[in-house]
Amino acid sequence: MKYSYFPGCSLKGLGRAYEESLLPVMKHLGVELVELDDWNCCGATAYMSVDETKAAVLAARNLAIAEKAGPRDLMAPCSACYLVLNKTKHNIADFPEINAAVQRALGNAKLTYSGNVPVRHPLDILVNDVGLDVIKEKVVRPLKGLKVAPYYGCQTVRPYATFDDAWNPTTMDRLLATAGAEVVHFPLKTKCCGGSLTGTVPEAGLRLTYILLKEAVRRGADVIATACPLCQFNLDAYQDQISRRWGPARIATVYFTQLMGLAFGLSPEQLGLKRNFVPMKPLQAEPVTA
Amino acid sequence: MMRIERRIKYEGDRVRGFAKEIMSVSGCEQLQSCIQCGTCSGTCPLSIYMDFSPRQVVALVRADFKNEVLRSHTVWLCASCYACTVECPRQIRITDIMYALKQRAIQDGIYPKRFPIAVLAKEFYEMVRRKGRITETLLVMRLFLKTNWGAALGSWRLGLGMIRTGRFGLRPEHIERRAELAAMLATADNGDGKPKERQ
Repeated sequence: MKYSYFPGCSLKGLGRAYEESLLPVMKHLGVELVELDDWNCCGATAYMSVDETKAAVLAARNLAIAEKAGPRDLMAPCSACYLVLNKTKHNIADFPEINAAVQRALGNAKLTYSGNVPVRHPLDILVNDVGLDVIKEKVVRPLKGLKVAPYYGCQTVRPYATFDDAWNPTTMDRLLATAGAEVVHFPLKTKCCGGSLTGTVPEAGLRLTYILLKEAVRRGADVIATACPLCQFNLDAYQDQISRRWGPARIATVYFTQLMGLAFGLSPEQLGLKRNFVPMKPLQAEPVTA
Repeated sequence: MMRIERRIKYEGDRVRGFAKEIMSVSGCEQLQSCIQCGTCSGTCPLSIYMDFSPRQVVALVRADFKNEVLRSHTVWLCASCYACTVECPRQIRITDIMYALKQRAIQDGIYPKRFPIAVLAKEFYEMVRRKGRITETLLVMRLFLKTNWGAALGSWRLGLGMIRTGRFGLRPEHIERRAELAAMLATADNGDGKPKERQ
C-alpha cells in the first residue's frame, strides 16, 4: 500500500506531533507514504477569503505535482488541507472558469492536472484500505479502561467527505475501539472548536472550545482524540485562559494516531506526546516500554 | 448621548447589481433560491455573536444591500465549519457566499477595524505568495505587530508553552521552486479580469 503524502504547514509546525505519530503508525501497518515533492501551503481558509481564483491555483499546484508523482491516492491528514484540496478538485471539475484559470497557471509552470488524484483522509485509509481486522492484529497493548471522547471537528467531514457522516461520523470511534479504548458517547464530535477565532475573537472562539472541553469532562472522558492540528491546538493550549474565564475544564487532547501508536506498543516519546500543554496521564497498569 | 438611528432600509441604500455580482461567483449561483427558512442560522455555532444572522445576510445580499453586509461582523465570525452548507434545504453554499463577501470587503477596505481576521487573511496570503508555505508562529507574530501589541504581551504564557513543548518554530519555511509558484499566481492575477486588491 503506497500513498502520496501531503503534510501541510501545521504538521511541520504547531501540529508536528500529528506527523510524529502518523508516520510510525502507518509504517507499523505497512503503509508506505511518499511526501509530495516541493508541496506548497493549501491556502486554508485565509486564501479563499482574499482571492478564490488564486486559492484554486495555489491548491492545484499540489494536485498537479501529485498527479506527476504517479497513480497514487494523496493522503492529507490536516482537516483544512483535506477540505481545500478536495474543494479545489470539485471546483475545477464543476466550474469551467476556474478550470480555465487553473490550467493557464499550471501551463505557465509546465505542470498539468487532469483531475485524477483522489484526496484521502487517514481515517478513510485506515478503516477502508488497511481495515480494522489488520489493525486489531497489531494491537499489543489495548487501551483498556481509557475513556476517549472522539472529536472530528468540522472540515474533515464537511462538506466533501464521502467516507463518513457529516454529523455523526464513526471511523475514529471504530479505530479507537479497535485499539481497545472505551469510546465515550460524544454528540459534539463535529461541533466547531472556534477555528482561528480563538486567537482573533477570543470571547467567541474560546467559548466554543470551552463547550467541547466541558462536555468531554462531563461525559467522563479521560482524554479527547482529534484528527485536526487546529482543533488540537485550541483544545490543548488555551485551557488556562478558558479556566480563568468560565471555570475549570481540564482534559488532555491528543491525536487519534498517538492513541493508536500507544496501542501498537510504541512509546510516548516516539509519538510526540511530550508536546502537549496538558499532558495525557500515563496508561494504567503496566508502564509503556519502547 | 442618545443615538438616533434609522432602523429601516430605504430603496436608495441598495447598490444595484450586487446580488448579481455575488451570484456570478462560482458556487454562489443558488443564492436566489433561498426560502428564508433560517436553517443556516440555527446550525451556525457563531450566529449568537453576529449582528446579522446568516439568513439575514442572504436576504440582504439578494436585495442588493452591499454596504450593510460588507460592514457587518457576520462574515468575519464565520469559521468555515460548513454546517449551514451541509444543512441548507436549497443546496445554497452559504460558506462560499461568506468567502465571496470577505473578498469584496477586503478589496473595498471596509471590514470592521476591530476584527483582526481580515488582517490575518491578508498576512497569510502574503506569506504564502512569497514563501509558498506558512510558518505559523511567524504569522501570528506579524498579526500581533499589525493589530494588537497588548494581546501579544498578554499571550506570553502561550508563547512559553509553545517553546516548552517544542512547537515554537522560528525557521521560516519555504518551498524550493518559489519562482514556479509566483509565475502561476501572476497568471491568475492577469488572467481573470478581476480588480487588483488594494494594499
